[in-house]
Amino acid sequence: MPQTEKTNVATPEGTKVAPAPQPFTAMFVIAPAVGWLVPGLGHVIQKRWIRGLLIAASVCTLFFLGLAMQGKVYSANTGDILDMLGFIGDIGAGGLYIVTKAVDAGQGAIHRAVADYGTKYIIAAGLLNIISAIDAYHIASGKKQ
Amino acid sequence: MTTPLELSHFSAAVIFALCASVVFGITQKDSPKEMLSYGAYCFVLFVVGVIAAGWVMWLIKH
Repeated sequence: MPQTEKTNVATPEGTKVAPAPQPFTAMFVIAPAVGWLVPGLGHVIQKRWIRGLLIAASVCTLFFLGLAMQGKVYSANTGDILDMLGFIGDIGAGGLYIVTKAVDAGQGAIHRAVADYGTKYIIAAGLLNIISAIDAYHIASGKKQ
Repeated sequence: MTTPLELSHFSAAVIFALCASVVFGITQKDSPKEMLSYGAYCFVLFVVGVIAAGWVMWLIKH
């Protein structure tokens, strides 16, 4: 059986066979990197079209709705701990974050409650994108189909 | 300047639940069938959790 075909295989006895180690390839780095930069692309380049498109739709929907609600996009900072954590979440959106900062959008409107929802949407989009990039790595490494 | 989007708390929570459930389903399970059922499970938990939390807050207030 080719190494790329399996992960945890249940035997008739019910035990699981550890996945065979995969040889290192460029895809180990490229898949999570492009998956972070462009949501869903890490799956698309591995021919997981539907998964990639669904991830892209979900992350982009959250991110752009967050911006439409006048949510805040955090910059790198060394101030309040919640601001720093907000930046870490936001940077997870990769290219979306970079473009948003480049066009100076996402200034936030702290006097509106809905804008606070938007800020959380943007952070959640970044965190979900990080999960997706890690999943792209697992697919590339053969830990997942 | 464009008019900011106005969502109710509930609709914002449901949209969040939908998007998060899609990503959770895809990333946490291996087969399409498992992905679908786990995504639906997460969505229901999110929405039920929102409604339950809402009632808890109502009870605290009253």
